[in-house]
Amino acid sequence: MTISLVLLIVMAVLYACGLYLMLERSMTRVLLGFLLVGNATNLLLIAMAGQPGEAPIVRDGLAAQDMTDPLPQALILTAIVITFGVSAFLMALIYRSWRLANRDQLEDDADDVALRAGAGGVRVEQLVADDRDSEFDPAQRSSDEAER
Amino acid sequence: MLVLLLVFGVGAVVAPLIVQRLGRRAFFVVALIPLVAFIYTLAQGSEVVAGRAITESYRWIPQLDFNISVRLDTLSWVLALIVTGVGTLVLVYCAAYFRATAESLGRFAATFLAFAGAMYGLVIADDVYLLFVFWEATSVLSYLLIGHATASKASRGAALQALLVTTLGGLMMLVGLVLLSVGTGTSNITRIIELAPSDPLAIVAILLVLVGAISKSAIFPFHFWLPAAMAAPTPVSAYLHAAAMVKAGIYLIARFAPGFADTPGWRESLIALGLVTMLLGGWVALRQHDLKLLLAYGTVSQLGFLTVVVGFGTRDAALAGLALLLAHALYKSTLFLAVGIIDHRYGTRDLRKLSGLGRRSPLLAVITGVALASMMGLPPTLGFVAKETAITAMVTDATAGGQLGLIALIGIVVGSALTVAYGARFFWGAFFAKAGVEPIEANPESRLFTAAPLLLAVSGLALGIASPILGDWIAGYPALFPAGVGKPYELALWHGLEPALFLSAATIVVGAVLFVLRASVEALQLSIKGKIRPADGYSATLRSVDRLAAATTAQTQRGSLPFYLGVILLVFIGTITTTLIVNRTWPTEIRLWDSPAQLVIAAVMIIAALATTRADTRIQGVILIGVTGFGMAVLFALQGAPDLALTQVLVEVVTLVAFVLVLRRLPVRLGDRKRSVRQWLRVVIGVSFGVVMAVAAVVAAGARSALPVSLAWPDLAYIEAHGRNVVNVALVDLRGWDTMGELAVIIAAATGVASLIFISGRADTLPRPERSAARQSIGRQLRRAEDTSNDERSSWLLAARTLAAKNRSILLEVTVRLIFHSVIVVSVYLTIAGHNSPGGGFAGGLVAGMALVARYLAGGRIELGAAAPIDAGKLLGVGLVLAAGTALVPLFFGGAALESSLFELNLGPLGTLDFVTSTIFDIGVYLVVIGLILDVLRSLGAGVDRQQEVEEMVKAA
Repeated sequence: MTISLVLLIVMAVLYACGLYLMLERSMTRVLLGFLLVGNATNLLLIAMAGQPGEAPIVRDGLAAQDMTDPLPQALILTAIVITFGVSAFLMALIYRSWRLANRDQLEDDADDVALRAGAGGVRVEQLVADDRDSEFDPAQRSSDEAER
Repeated sequence: MLVLLLVFGVGAVVAPLIVQRLGRRAFFVVALIPLVAFIYTLAQGSEVVAGRAITESYRWIPQLDFNISVRLDTLSWVLALIVTGVGTLVLVYCAAYFRATAESLGRFAATFLAFAGAMYGLVIADDVYLLFVFWEATSVLSYLLIGHATASKASRGAALQALLVTTLGGLMMLVGLVLLSVGTGTSNITRIIELAPSDPLAIVAILLVLVGAISKSAIFPFHFWLPAAMAAPTPVSAYLHAAAMVKAGIYLIARFAPGFADTPGWRESLIALGLVTMLLGGWVALRQHDLKLLLAYGTVSQLGFLTVVVGFGTRDAALAGLALLLAHALYKSTLFLAVGIIDHRYGTRDLRKLSGLGRRSPLLAVITGVALASMMGLPPTLGFVAKETAITAMVTDATAGGQLGLIALIGIVVGSALTVAYGARFFWGAFFAKAGVEPIEANPESRLFTAAPLLLAVSGLALGIASPILGDWIAGYPALFPAGVGKPYELALWHGLEPALFLSAATIVVGAVLFVLRASVEALQLSIKGKIRPADGYSATLRSVDRLAAATTAQTQRGSLPFYLGVILLVFIGTITTTLIVNRTWPTEIRLWDSPAQLVIAAVMIIAALATTRADTRIQGVILIGVTGFGMAVLFALQGAPDLALTQVLVEVVTLVAFVLVLRRLPVRLGDRKRSVRQWLRVVIGVSFGVVMAVAAVVAAGARSALPVSLAWPDLAYIEAHGRNVVNVALVDLRGWDTMGELAVIIAAATGVASLIFISGRADTLPRPERSAARQSIGRQLRRAEDTSNDERSSWLLAARTLAAKNRSILLEVTVRLIFHSVIVVSVYLTIAGHNSPGGGFAGGLVAGMALVARYLAGGRIELGAAAPIDAGKLLGVGLVLAAGTALVPLFFGGAALESSLFELNLGPLGTLDFVTSTIFDIGVYLVVIGLILDVLRSLGAGVDRQQEVEEMVKAA
């Protein structure tokens, strides 16, 4: 099986640019990077289909070998739609973050930073001695009598 | 027996329902299950007493040689009778103990019953792994029972402590059991004890098993969890902390003693720890004011006693141990239940507040007296017989020259004197009239309340009198040990004037003296109160574990997403590069390009991708990404993938729209670019990742040796699935399960989008215009179209007039009006025809979504409500139901899941239509995709619009 070099080069460039963007702190850039990485991955899949052929639609006189491999296509088709769903989710996240904090930046998790700085400290639930001398609460007792 | 286990399980599930219906009377119904188990176990008595063990086995995982096997021999029989009998009585007691208004009784009944079942399983299990499962089940269930009062901090802390301590022991025990089972090649307990390996590994293993046993039975240094566990409701203490769970460890020691008592370290450690526990518990019990705590420390002490006797491993000691085990279960649960009654009646368990109860509760005083007599070892109770036997066993060993026997003897005698002292303290504290303490008024209660302790106390007394018969019944267990020198000892009340009798009398005298001098004893205790407590060790351990966790988290969880992503990518690059370096399968030929057009598109895409990284404004970035996306579509088309090209184009358009909808609320310029991982590092990571992926792709292509499976797909698609479009058939039929999973992902994403915008719920509350009214108004508008005096523009859409005039475009409205319905028809056509030609549910759904986009853009958010008067969530749901239905329905007709069938529909003059059932799956996909786009429009479009309107109104005001 042979593979088209051009497709691979485009794929590599898309991956490189996409990850470069995803390593940013601007959420919009992360989303742009995510879309590039999605496209790159679809390219990887289609490149794996090997030599291009006819569209995989059965008609008389068209042999299976002459079609483009339909398997990667089925994978890519759903991947395209899922990428859209996930990027819509990211957009909603960006919008929400903007509305709440008026910023489009990925911040370090405050709790993690506090833990690293040793400021948070660890709270342990202390054992408390059970100093009740009854399991029946006196208030309950009178209401119980009234019930009778 | 296996059926009974199942009944316990089902009962636990049903119990809350019964409680819901009957309230606390449900405990009578629930008690029937352990009662049945008790009667069944009793009925097996003739077989078991005759020395024939009853076994049952169910092959669960034959490949792993894992069986659910149970075995009822004398030891298991006695334990099973205790577990089920005391369980029944305590459940009956619960009906009177809890107030009618008590909370979460359903959960309590269920956990209690499940616990009884687990305990029953534990004592009959004949497989080490099964034993372990039940063992841990009792730990977890006891956690729930001790922590029954979930609102109380003391109760939660005690429950957690008991859980952690017993599971720590349980895990050590598991290691020991695994070692034993691997060493002997069997997991069957009976077989392991028969083989009784004595190699060094087996010694380590058995000592680990003992760690489990002593942690469960609250033996020093693990004893501290038991008094803390008194935060549990009293019936739980009576069952778990007297009769059942704490006996599990003793049971385990008794179970393994016949094979392993001579293991180096067994006797030494058990006798030492047992005696320390016995003396410590007894000593601390002497200063308790809370009757329940007094009993708890007394139990700790008695468990130490039991450990010494049961672990001693001679025939006489085994007889004494089993009798003592039975006696302890009977008297200690009686005493706990009695404390519960006192608490219920008088509202306190503090012996400093109670006074003169003997006169006012004579029956309770008698019951308690009988149980205490058994505990202190007074004739004619079972406790007396058992203690006599234990002392004799030690005397026999000591006179034969055994040092351990002598040590144990001294310890037991001293411990028993303490037992007499705290037993007397209990009776005095609970029932005697005390000067200067006001009598408390009694609380009314059910008459059945005293039934359970009465029965238990009477059994203790009756078995004492009938001890020779009991001795015959349980003779099967001591017979497992080698007979000692001389005549075997038998259980009886009177053995003549022998050393044990004098020692017994001595313990009573010393104990009585200690009781009389209680004031000085208390003073002495206060002056030498221990500084080092094992419970502090527990807290210190927990704290250091927490600190270690915090330190580890601080090191690894940096809280920075770019950092995490960078680490993941570097690891990926590292591992894949290593694999590539050692790879030997390189392809021999590589095609440079497939067509000149490909080269052009590739150049455009590369430029666009590089430019994206330099984009300064958001819209630049979005458009450049769009260029790469459309480039993808062209590449797909060139590659012979029309379905992909179609879908890609549609998705690009929808993505662009969604992006613009969000971007209108964000600033134009992208933020500062420098604030993150250093730029050169990002370039390095990105470039190396791209290169590694390209090389990996080349290698993967070169390594391919088999023919693609998809070569068979065209035939499968056409003949089996009745469709010509192989890609579409793959989605809805051949690989339908994958698509089903993908639909679920889409639904999750759509729900996420909607939830992020409409925080309070998934559905929006946008106003929806009345369609008929809107139509009439449009009609009027059209008729008045020539009337130029009206300065309001006419409307071509249902809700366009809700928009401000400056926001309206009549050109757009007219176009949308003209094409909307045609587009919907096209989308339906694409969906249906997709089975045989390019198209399908994904493409069709996207096209229909575009129609909605057009309506929204032209007419605003209210127009969207008019165009799609259905909730997006319902669309998603119906779509998934259709897809799942296509998978399930064939099963009812004897087909495989997702199997498709062909129907020829005769449409009269229109000819015939071939309808394949998998088209219904595609319609499901169609609906889900529309639902996704509708959710995006509603949320990012309409929802954001509304939020903006509200903000503008606030600003204006």
